Amino acid sequence: MSEPEGLEVPITGFRGVRGGGATARFSVAEAMLLRDLVSQVAELVGEGLPEDQGETTEPLERLVGLSDNSSLPDDPILARLLPDAYRDDESAAGDFRRYTEHSLRSGKVAAAQTVLDTLPATGGQVLLTGEQGQVWLRALNDIRIALGVRLNVTEDHEEMLERAEQGGPQASGLLVYDWLSLLQSTLVQALW
Amino acid sequence: MSVAPVEVERPQSDEATTPARPWIAIVWNDPINLMDYVTYVFQQVFGYSKRKATRLMLDVHHKGKAVVAAGNREEMERDVEILHGYGLWATVQQDK
Repeated sequence: MSEPEGLEVPITGFRGVRGGGATARFSVAEAMLLRDLVSQVAELVGEGLPEDQGETTEPLERLVGLSDNSSLPDDPILARLLPDAYRDDESAAGDFRRYTEHSLRSGKVAAAQTVLDTLPATGGQVLLTGEQGQVWLRALNDIRIALGVRLNVTEDHEEMLERAEQGGPQASGLLVYDWLSLLQSTLVQALW
Repeated sequence: MSVAPVEVERPQSDEATTPARPWIAIVWNDPINLMDYVTYVFQQVFGYSKRKATRLMLDVHHKGKAVVAAGNREEMERDVEILHGYGLWATVQQDK
């Protein structure tokens, strides 16, 4: 008799490990889902990296990591992942973005890569060092932001879940979102 | 009769700005970030105690925003950049 390999909501999620770090068990479906989500975010965020811009970027810009971008991204997910650092000063916000966006983007891509490196597609028991746990926290947060923006979550998302059609894309999206929240929350507790 | 241990905080004047430290970093509320994650980030980034970090997080949550640091402009930009790395929505501004 086989067990359904579906989206198991982990009852415990992450737990702490003696000496630091955290561990959690992932089913095949969960591992594949998480790897896919993390890859999507990496692709979205990595698009603006100079390595990706090829001939359109000046060699010096690429070398020092300056970004061509000086304004808030049009994509709402990117806008939330790469927000303005000044609210009422477009010029200061532009300068800040030009100098920091590159490293912010590559940091997020690197965090996504760490998840891919430490979470096999076959799932299983994942063991993270304290440092890897920190990186996972940021990667999980980036996915939650991306999903949260797409699903238009409010602080009342419980109500949203009730209102969403049973089995519709909104409902399953919110289910994944809640699963990610549980993962992130238990990871914080494990590392604290 | 025993008294429960009280956590001792290093005195910080980081919420009082001086002419030499006229810039502040603000974290804004958003519907996505988890409360314990935000608390944890404040501890990691600023070295605040869990109690202080929790208080700041609750300020963000209930008041819509909170001043999380003060200093010169470069320091605040550095802090905000780090906070953006954690996915928080933070901005720099001059304190009034």
